[in-house]
Amino acid sequence: MLKAHLPALVIIIPMTCAALCVLLRRKDWAFTVALLATWASFAGSCLLLVRVINEGVISYEMGGWPPPFGIELRVDALNVYLLIIVSGIGSVVAPYARNSLLLEYVEDRAYLFYSAYLLCLCGLMGVSITGDAFNLFVFLEISSLSSYVLIALGFDRRALTAAYQYLVMGTIGATFIVIAIGLLYQATGSLNMVDISKRLPEAGYDNTTVIAAFAFLVVGAGLKIALFPLHQWLPNAYTHAPSTVSAFLAATATKVSVYILLRFVFTVFGVRFSFEILPTATPFLILAILAMFLPSIVACFQKNVKRVLAYSSVAQIGYMILGLGLVSVAGLTASIVHLFNHALMKGALFLVLGCIFYRIGSCHIDRMAGIARQMPWTMAAFVGGGLSLIGIPLTAGFISKWYLILAVLEKGWWYLAVLIVTSSLIAIIYLWRVIEAAYFREPPDDLKEVSEAPLNLLVPAWILVLANFYFGIDTSISVGVAEIAAKALMGAG
Amino acid sequence: MADFEGLYNYWIVIVLAMAGLYIVIARGNLIKKLVGLNIFQASVFVLYISFSKVSGGTAPILEKGIDVYSNPLPHVLILTAIVVGVATTALGLALVVRIRKEYGTIEEDDIHSQDESM
Repeated sequence: MLKAHLPALVIIIPMTCAALCVLLRRKDWAFTVALLATWASFAGSCLLLVRVINEGVISYEMGGWPPPFGIELRVDALNVYLLIIVSGIGSVVAPYARNSLLLEYVEDRAYLFYSAYLLCLCGLMGVSITGDAFNLFVFLEISSLSSYVLIALGFDRRALTAAYQYLVMGTIGATFIVIAIGLLYQATGSLNMVDISKRLPEAGYDNTTVIAAFAFLVVGAGLKIALFPLHQWLPNAYTHAPSTVSAFLAATATKVSVYILLRFVFTVFGVRFSFEILPTATPFLILAILAMFLPSIVACFQKNVKRVLAYSSVAQIGYMILGLGLVSVAGLTASIVHLFNHALMKGALFLVLGCIFYRIGSCHIDRMAGIARQMPWTMAAFVGGGLSLIGIPLTAGFISKWYLILAVLEKGWWYLAVLIVTSSLIAIIYLWRVIEAAYFREPPDDLKEVSEAPLNLLVPAWILVLANFYFGIDTSISVGVAEIAAKALMGAG
Repeated sequence: MADFEGLYNYWIVIVLAMAGLYIVIARGNLIKKLVGLNIFQASVFVLYISFSKVSGGTAPILEKGIDVYSNPLPHVLILTAIVVGVATTALGLALVVRIRKEYGTIEEDDIHSQDESM
């Protein structure tokens, strides 16, 4: 009985628990509720993964109304992959929130943080699971609004302006997406994504309404993804947000936006319309290559390590879009695997920075000088995450780059493979600056003796670091599911 | 010419959308930016309402003698979008209040120069 309603439960549990947190008010109770809700959501996603692998696509009729009239929750390999990323990172980060909160904002309002956190999780899960285009917009706004709140909770007053900037850019992006959905509805008379994709050929591929919808969608999703050059909101937002929030959003929010782009471009519009009738592949490839290089170079000159990682996130999105622009099963597999692996590596690195911030109250590279002597386990975790970000063999990052290079070589574009490797070398430069400072420089004179970060901060960080190594060796799940998802996306065209 | 008049609503949509976006980009005052954002969102509401209109149709009420009526679905969708818009504006204004408390100004340039001088 309960099993049949799993697709609805994974989003309803965080949603109701968000309200429960506000009602309970007590910090510890709210924390417990948030922790259990994220774990329940993750457990549900894992069960869904097993079911999707064994039984194929799951379609759930919300409220018993059959699609295309009612809202359908549709779980295929790609959906469940995203569910796992979001709820998995959510469950690792949730226990971490308890301590990293203390330094950063008023304790008696902590329940509001947990509530916003659960709402953000619920929104991101909802976007990943829904089969209805307008429902997707609503969930997107739930996640965006709560993430503006989460970012604004940062320690620094610049968090407020960063949140405001993100609010303006994010709303424009979401409004573009809603225009696109409206135009699609106008052209096809349906809001169900699978139904739209079936009706689009009837509407005609040279229909200007459809072409306009496509343009609005790509730009709108591009804003939410922080696709270069639409990334201006991201570095500030990730830098000034509380550590917990940076880790959670960096690992999940942009991934879900990439999912929106993949879902619409490949499933709804279809490969034939998106890439054969419209010349979309080349602009994507050009933007991807620019994204791989320019933000990486900017990252090399940043003083705040959080900002280094934020720019690096923009660069990593380049790899995902590159795989998308190749328009092949191999390219899409690389993109989708990188969604997962990048969530692991960026989540780990931001959590490590949270540990450092907890102890020294800064993420400035000069303040971190010599920190490795005092916090060896924390910095070792940073090195582990960093190796994965660069793409050293036996780490998750290597798997992504390996599949991306294979996909590029399959097309015969060896020069792109050279560019991928070169851009990874830039990652070595900006990460080495941090490692050099932490391990080889003398600590600043006024730095007090600090000890290792508390265990409930260090353990989540290490879980993600070890996951980076695990998924660098055993790829049967991460790559296996991604391949099924990529084939489904290409086959839909 | 008939085409132009027939598409009257859509011209309004385009004018509103462009005016709204222009305000968001060109104005430095954080409240004015939010006003621009609202105008931009309002243009989308008008867009949805416009294409739900069926020529000669009345309001979608089940009543004898009414056969042709406007498509009610976009109306419902846009009610949701209006709620989202209200939430966004409320949150945006709340942020502006906090920014004003911290910086003592709501002009983007002043805030920027205060951040630079830190």
